[in-house]
Amino acid sequence: MTAVHGTATRARPRPVPGPRPRPRPAAWLTKAASGGLVRTVLVVVALLWLTPALGLFLASLRSEQDNATTGWWTAFTHPDQLTVDNYTALLKDSGITQAFWNTVLISVPATAAVVIIAALAGYAFAWLEFPGRDWIFLTVVGMLVVPVQIGLLPVARLLGGLGLFGSIPGVVLFHVAYGLPFAIFLLRNYFAEIPREMLEAARMDGGGEWRIFFRLVLPLGRPAIASLCIFQFLWVWNDMLVALIFADSESQPLTVALQSQMRQFGSNIGVLAPGAFLSLIVPVVVFFAFQRHFVEGVMAGSVK
Amino acid sequence: MAVTARHAPPAKAGGAPPSRSTPSGNPRRRAARRRRLIALVFLFPALLLLGALVAYPIVFSVGRSLFDASGDRFVGVDNYSEMFSDPATLTAIRNTAIWVVVAPMLLTGLGLVLAVLTEKVRWATAFKLLIFMPMAISFLAAGIIFRVVYEQDPERGVLNAVAVGVHDAFKEGSAYPDARARLGQGLDPRGDGSYRTGPNLAPGRTVSLGLVGVPPKDIPAEARPAAKAASASAAAHELRGVVYVDFTPGGGGRPGRVDPKEKGLPGLTVEAVREGKVTARSTTAADGSFRFSGLSPGSGYALQLPRKNFAKPYTGIAWLGPALVTPAIIAAYMWIWTGFAMVLIGAGLAALPRETLEAARVDGASEWQIFRRITVPLLGPVLGVVFVTLVINVMKVFDLVYIIAPGPVQQDANVLAMQMWLVSFGGGNNQGLGSAIGVLLLLLVAPAMFLNIRRFRRSQS
Repeated sequence: MTAVHGTATRARPRPVPGPRPRPRPAAWLTKAASGGLVRTVLVVVALLWLTPALGLFLASLRSEQDNATTGWWTAFTHPDQLTVDNYTALLKDSGITQAFWNTVLISVPATAAVVIIAALAGYAFAWLEFPGRDWIFLTVVGMLVVPVQIGLLPVARLLGGLGLFGSIPGVVLFHVAYGLPFAIFLLRNYFAEIPREMLEAARMDGGGEWRIFFRLVLPLGRPAIASLCIFQFLWVWNDMLVALIFADSESQPLTVALQSQMRQFGSNIGVLAPGAFLSLIVPVVVFFAFQRHFVEGVMAGSVK
Repeated sequence: MAVTARHAPPAKAGGAPPSRSTPSGNPRRRAARRRRLIALVFLFPALLLLGALVAYPIVFSVGRSLFDASGDRFVGVDNYSEMFSDPATLTAIRNTAIWVVVAPMLLTGLGLVLAVLTEKVRWATAFKLLIFMPMAISFLAAGIIFRVVYEQDPERGVLNAVAVGVHDAFKEGSAYPDARARLGQGLDPRGDGSYRTGPNLAPGRTVSLGLVGVPPKDIPAEARPAAKAASASAAAHELRGVVYVDFTPGGGGRPGRVDPKEKGLPGLTVEAVREGKVTARSTTAADGSFRFSGLSPGSGYALQLPRKNFAKPYTGIAWLGPALVTPAIIAAYMWIWTGFAMVLIGAGLAALPRETLEAARVDGASEWQIFRRITVPLLGPVLGVVFVTLVINVMKVFDLVYIIAPGPVQQDANVLAMQMWLVSFGGGNNQGLGSAIGVLLLLLVAPAMFLNIRRFRRSQS
């Protein structure tokens, strides 16, 4: 930030003596028109962003037959097309409900484990002294951008050896491992901001490291932990690739269950449209409930 | 590393200064060792998982990439050279290059423009929330959303519905794409899709031109029965006639005759042709009637229904065809990631020194000059972070391509991350080549890795 300020001071135009710049009619016109123009542009962009999602939502509320013959927008003029039949059928489909619960059973433990393990490690990297600390941490920073693709084959073999391939714990383990670098990075940096005096006072009072960790560091780190929770939860909830490989048909989450229907997209729209909404309703609710934390998490994650 | 820490000589432990004279039972040394032990306990789960599931796989993949498909035979760098000769992988490399060049640039630009524009409106927060929201949903859901958008049939896909609407607004579509003349009744097809009568129609006649194959939905509501107009008589310098559907719904009509229930077809173009040249043009009325007047009596004319009456309707653009599938998927990706760029750049904008911008305004700089000369240069570092983040993410894009590209064009839309999956798991079953692609992906993001490390070290010093 200091660099930015430095440039700013230099860039500031010095007051030049002499005639004032000529008033240009073009500039005046732009200024007058820009208010309305800007608003129009933004409204159009907003509509562009809204329409695709609205389209799928309306499609999910129309019968298979309507979707096969007419566009979702005809529901505006024929509101009688709207029905929740697709949703009731979907919720009766045991494969889909099972997949939904699998998504929960994968996302919740994978989030909890990442937060706990990363908080422990983040505290160690921030405040405990041990040889090689900086180098190990730099390695973790380097791991931030490691693509999951490199882990798919070797971890599949490893989990196969442990008998965890094609099971929920296997998927969770993979997500935890690949979520850790970012989680440790985020929490270590946040914990490092805790004033040294606070920790030393606690140590003076005879607090053990565990006590300090649970009583001081975790409560102080709550904002960062909240961001991490949301970020990791959404990451895992939305994953398809990892589960596509590490889950079997019993343990597959919603994303994998739905993608298998993609081959006959046209004829499966009655399942896919409401299924997509079932899968995105949780993230969207989380997003609106914790938007500030989510945005912070994403912004902190701009190294990933 | 943490394991060796336990046995490391205490002199190297950062904390307590060692004292040679005291025995190892020294409480300070014991405390130091205890601290290291605690650090190990705190770190152990993380290091175990990172070591076994991230670090070891990197080493393993590098090794595995030097062996053949089954892993039995050492093949050196063959897998790497195969990457650049195998057409499918080459397509994937080419497409990934397109992604990396196009997507981050467009996204950073769009994010910058939107971030600057939203500063000027009061409902900026609501707008940002809306644009950012797709970041929260899965690529699968976004992919399904865009499959509906890109649907080819303009009756169902919103984008093609718009494309057809725009196209037809500028270029009139034909009303009767399926219609054809009833053969043997005087109206003969010509090679180019038009129909023409014989050349010897003299003015003063009334002609009935029968068409068939018009589905009821194509017959406009205003169409009237043609029988009356078909029997009207023409003046000496006139040619009159009707174009009608030579088919009585429910049966009872006779081919080649204008039966009472048979309707005229409005809006058709009819041309009068003399000696091979079009001399007059007319459009049929609600009862299908047309009339050419001012013709020279005594000469022979032919009547022609030009091709445009029967042209196949414009059906929009093949968004998910081989040519456009990658741009189409990049557009879907932009729907998801624009919010990220906009919010990050917006945060950078909010941190800009107000007084600089104000000073420029006072000096009479236009909004565009301020944007070009002050805002963008000051935002440089933020734009860099956004751009690099996008490059890294774009290289790994998989789900969106996998979901949006329909089976037949999957190969045309292929990217490295998907080719890695296809080769190793999705039927290819060549783990040697798959590992090599994984290593290539790692190498591609390696610069970002060092950038991150350097950035972090700088922020610490």
